[in-house]
Amino acid sequence: MLYHVLIDGKSYQLELSQAEGRWHCHLDGREVDLDAVLARRDVLSLILDGKAYEIKREATADDLHFWVGSLRYAAELRDPRSLRSRRTGVGAGAGPKKLVAPMPGKVVRVLAREKDEVEAGQGVVVVEAMKMQNEIKSPKRGIIRQLPVSEGTAVNAGDVLAIVE
Amino acid sequence: MFKKILIANRGEIAVRVIRACRELGITSVAVYSDVDRASLHVRKADEAYAIGPAAARESYLNIDKILNVAHRCGADAIHPGYGFLSENAGFAQACSDAGIKFIGPTAEAMQKMGSKTRARQAMEKIGVPFVPGTSRGLQSVEEAYRVAATIGYPIMLKAAAGGGGKGMRLVRSAEELQSSLESSQSEAQRSFGDGEVYIEKAIVNPRHIEMQVLADEHGNTVYLGERECSIQRRHQKVMEEAPSPIVDADMRRRMGEVAVRVAQAAGYTNAGTIEFLVDQDKNFYFLEMNTRLQVEHPVTEIVTGLDLVHLQIHIASGARLPFNQEGVRLRGHAIECRIYAEDPDNNFFPSPGKITLLLPPSGPGIRRDSGMYEGWTVPIDYDPLLAKLIGYGTDRAQAISRLTRAMSEYFVGGIKTNLSLFRRILRDPEYQAGKIDTGYLDRLLERGPKLDVSDSGGAEIAAIAAGLFAILEPTAPAATNGASRNGSGEDVVRHKPSNWKQTGRAEALH
Repeated sequence: MLYHVLIDGKSYQLELSQAEGRWHCHLDGREVDLDAVLARRDVLSLILDGKAYEIKREATADDLHFWVGSLRYAAELRDPRSLRSRRTGVGAGAGPKKLVAPMPGKVVRVLAREKDEVEAGQGVVVVEAMKMQNEIKSPKRGIIRQLPVSEGTAVNAGDVLAIVE
Repeated sequence: MFKKILIANRGEIAVRVIRACRELGITSVAVYSDVDRASLHVRKADEAYAIGPAAARESYLNIDKILNVAHRCGADAIHPGYGFLSENAGFAQACSDAGIKFIGPTAEAMQKMGSKTRARQAMEKIGVPFVPGTSRGLQSVEEAYRVAATIGYPIMLKAAAGGGGKGMRLVRSAEELQSSLESSQSEAQRSFGDGEVYIEKAIVNPRHIEMQVLADEHGNTVYLGERECSIQRRHQKVMEEAPSPIVDADMRRRMGEVAVRVAQAAGYTNAGTIEFLVDQDKNFYFLEMNTRLQVEHPVTEIVTGLDLVHLQIHIASGARLPFNQEGVRLRGHAIECRIYAEDPDNNFFPSPGKITLLLPPSGPGIRRDSGMYEGWTVPIDYDPLLAKLIGYGTDRAQAISRLTRAMSEYFVGGIKTNLSLFRRILRDPEYQAGKIDTGYLDRLLERGPKLDVSDSGGAEIAAIAAGLFAILEPTAPAATNGASRNGSGEDVVRHKPSNWKQTGRAEALH
């Protein structure tokens, strides 16, 4: 299998296959000696050149993260054989991303408008809850396709604040 | 001995008390609000009863509902845990009136120590050292100016009726006094329904050191050693340890004897804690008394080898303390971290939601008192304390190394937690040297974000892992952005097709 992988925005070419119980792996053209087993759901035991790692996966409907040690990486995985960006259940490929309210509260400030271009990490909406303000940031660079809230809108956990494509 | 104890609480402390009941052969009764139906404490109890909607006022703080359950199920005692009704004299009295034993002090002892000004007045009479200031609420601005000038700036204005930083104002000079007094009084009025404010000398970078006491109902009172609780954020404790790095045997004895005098003056029975502020010259001053079992009690249990909840239950059932002061020995060192569902990268904003993966630590020198489990959805309605992780060893350095090791094993996926904060503290040289005070954490946080920098080595590993997961386990995602319900028994999938055969195979692996 060939994958294009984006880790925190940086792109990698990954060739990965299994034959006769052994893994074959090339990362950006470089051969990698590895062994891997799934220990339990979302936990991978990976040995690279003798170094052992316990990798945890956090996958939601809209994004994908991997933990290597105490560091967390945002990931996007694309199978280049598909003609369009396919959501395979592994993690969303390129595509619209929803910004949702993490808990019930009120929108106190809107930092962007529909059709604005935003960068990854740029604040889009500020939600106030429990007397604290939480800036909801865009997870990717893109254009705001929808912004269905405005200053004063009351929101519940999971409500869509914006869609960035 | 009691046959049945109702635990008027939730979360990790309810689990802790239920465990003590199980160990003593006592039937445990849990109460739960609507959002807590699937909580760990309900799963572990022998009996469980619903007490109302999520709001604490209508459930865990509702005295009538709780006593109603106690009557219906025939409980002969109630353990209040900490927070909620644990320091509510009205509740203690109501239990007593209902013929149900309240596991804690009497209503009178609570009332005596519940108001900080009344406590100070009582302490004055018995010669307990306390922070210079007033023992009565300020009657006028003129009085405030006079007292402040006498004791010297900087001074602290504090609310008599409560804590948690509400109604507290640091005043550095006479110019600020009047406006600070007005805002302090109005905040106290709003928070506690009582605008009484008093003055204390502000001690620069004090250490918060508290002494655990235990008293039976036959007049025996002992101290069980101190805890240092100086690692605080906005006056909320985050990390505690026993013993304190700066308290030697002589200081412990002097503080302990003062603590016992305080407890005796209050007519105190059962478990309680006397809080002191300690200045840079190791002078200690009485601050207040907490008339309940505290969150951080495990560190005392570990270094004394005692089970405080067992002792609470024994004392409440009329037993004498099975040891005297000479029988109390301290051994080793214990450090506790409070794991909260909050985001340290976003001003510690609460992070409710579903815990999709939990890999808890264990092994030598590790104790974990937890209310969470994998698959549980952390509710937004309560204090987001998930668990307490305690590391212990023969000395402080070993306790730190064990806790650091346990932190590297601990993984909570699906929500944000403050685990990374503890990693920062544990590797900080100032912390390792024991150079801490109540300003320590603010200083550390001000120094800027963590030193953990994403290096490309880790990114490459993540890239490889991404491909491996895609091949080995292309399952539907498990998390739900906080909008899931407990007890639904299914992962909420929004719009993706899921690969059930693969999921089934993967699940079969564990």
